[in-house]
Amino acid sequence: MKEIDARGLDCPKPVVLTKKAMADNEEVLVIVDNKIASENVAKLAQKMKAEVSIVEESADYFKIIIKNTGEKVKSENNKAAVSHPSEAGKVYLIASDKLGEGEEDLGKILIKGFLSTLLDIKPLPEKVIFLNSGVKMAVLEKDVTATLEKLESAGVEVLICGTCLDYYDLSDQLEVGEVSNMYEIVNSINSSDYVRV
Amino acid sequence: MGPRALAQVLRRVNFPADPEKLLIGLDKADDAAVYSLSEELALIQTLDFFTPIVDDPYLFGQIAAANALSDVYAMGGQPILAMNIVGFPSCLEEEILSQILQGGADKVKEAGASLCGGHTVVDEEPKYGLSVTGTVHPDNLLSNSGIKEGDLILLTKPLGTGVMVAAIKGGFTSGDQSNPAVKSMLTLNNTALKFFEQYQINACTDVTGFGLIGHLLEMSENSSLQIEIDAPEIPIFEGVREFAESGLLPAGAYKNRDNYQKFVSESGQRDQTLYDLMYDPQTSGGLLISVAEADAAELLIDLYAEGLDVAVIAKAYQGEKGVKIKWE
Repeated sequence: MKEIDARGLDCPKPVVLTKKAMADNEEVLVIVDNKIASENVAKLAQKMKAEVSIVEESADYFKIIIKNTGEKVKSENNKAAVSHPSEAGKVYLIASDKLGEGEEDLGKILIKGFLSTLLDIKPLPEKVIFLNSGVKMAVLEKDVTATLEKLESAGVEVLICGTCLDYYDLSDQLEVGEVSNMYEIVNSINSSDYVRV
Repeated sequence: MGPRALAQVLRRVNFPADPEKLLIGLDKADDAAVYSLSEELALIQTLDFFTPIVDDPYLFGQIAAANALSDVYAMGGQPILAMNIVGFPSCLEEEILSQILQGGADKVKEAGASLCGGHTVVDEEPKYGLSVTGTVHPDNLLSNSGIKEGDLILLTKPLGTGVMVAAIKGGFTSGDQSNPAVKSMLTLNNTALKFFEQYQINACTDVTGFGLIGHLLEMSENSSLQIEIDAPEIPIFEGVREFAESGLLPAGAYKNRDNYQKFVSESGQRDQTLYDLMYDPQTSGGLLISVAEADAAELLIDLYAEGLDVAVIAKAYQGEKGVKIKWE
């Protein structure tokens, strides 16, 4: 059994030493001098799917035994999932109920034309996200709702900003699309090519 | 220092304070002191410094400065003047210190303030930070008190810098600008300020050493309202969940948890990792902005349009003081 004395070491050193030892040894014994380090070492062991038991515990002495349960834990890869914008469709952010500056009526006609054209482009959009007054259109305009239904059935994700629905008091009228939150929306934009309309 | 130990130390000391002039002092555990100069002008004074959290000295300087400047922004003010506080070992190359100071200077310049001089001592471990002076019109002063019933609370940066710094120190991830948490830590908290006059903002603070829960508790305590956290809305940095689960929680997170969890109630199934992250001490964390419900959506959209990773994470209710976490 590999023994590690991590007394006197600050976070994250006990965890780093334990992780290194677990890579080459089936059983590891770790000694730390505070409860925080013992909890952190136990967390690491659980994360790596090993058996862990704290065999001795006092105010400033913790003895932890870790047993790797056979399955070789693959080295953890903490890189974010990489998206490939060129292969996937784009994300469209619709933050208004009209397209462009100018006469309001024209803007409203254009945005509807824009949305229905999305059905014909290749590759299809990955997501269409509605924000602010865009939400009003997605809920209240029947022809837009019909377009969105077609997009959804073609596999396009239609996301509607929940805060905006609440703000315009439209939550109970939503027929098509999924209610989404800002975190999801920001993530969608960060992880792909996006177009703001 | 942990909040409990610090409170015990401070209790034993008598601090001089002119109650007429000192608009915000020590009693409310706020981000900075505010001193009235005239009916139109108040001075904001704050200071913060710490040991390196990333290897790159220029980035460290920027982070330390963004962190110190944030306290002025959290009061609704504009920084005008800053001075350096430096501890530096005699055995390290002076070039490193130049880079740290350049990082700080560039951030202060970005904030539109001046930086002149400071004080340096020989120290075993490098330390860097700033004392920052800002100004604010007393009518625009924001404190961590003043939340109103029904307010929504926005968080302007994801959580998890404490865990990420532990992961960087442990060599689990990189400490350069490709790391979203590093990028976030060196980002000034001034973006939200320009919208504050347009909307009804009732309170503001920044998330720092006491973690999300600690700072929300201060807001709750000072306004006698209950704050309900909408847990699924809380943004966290990519990768942080994995690191927290691997035992890279800094000691400060445990201290905060031990100190604050008795004021926290919960409903629904707890997500233990996210729960731990709510106590994670933040460096240069985001602002917590308490805004009238009617203005929340527009403020959110404005901030979002500015590129902030912002979310509505909590709401203030009439009820027992404290924080309630709604998990579903």
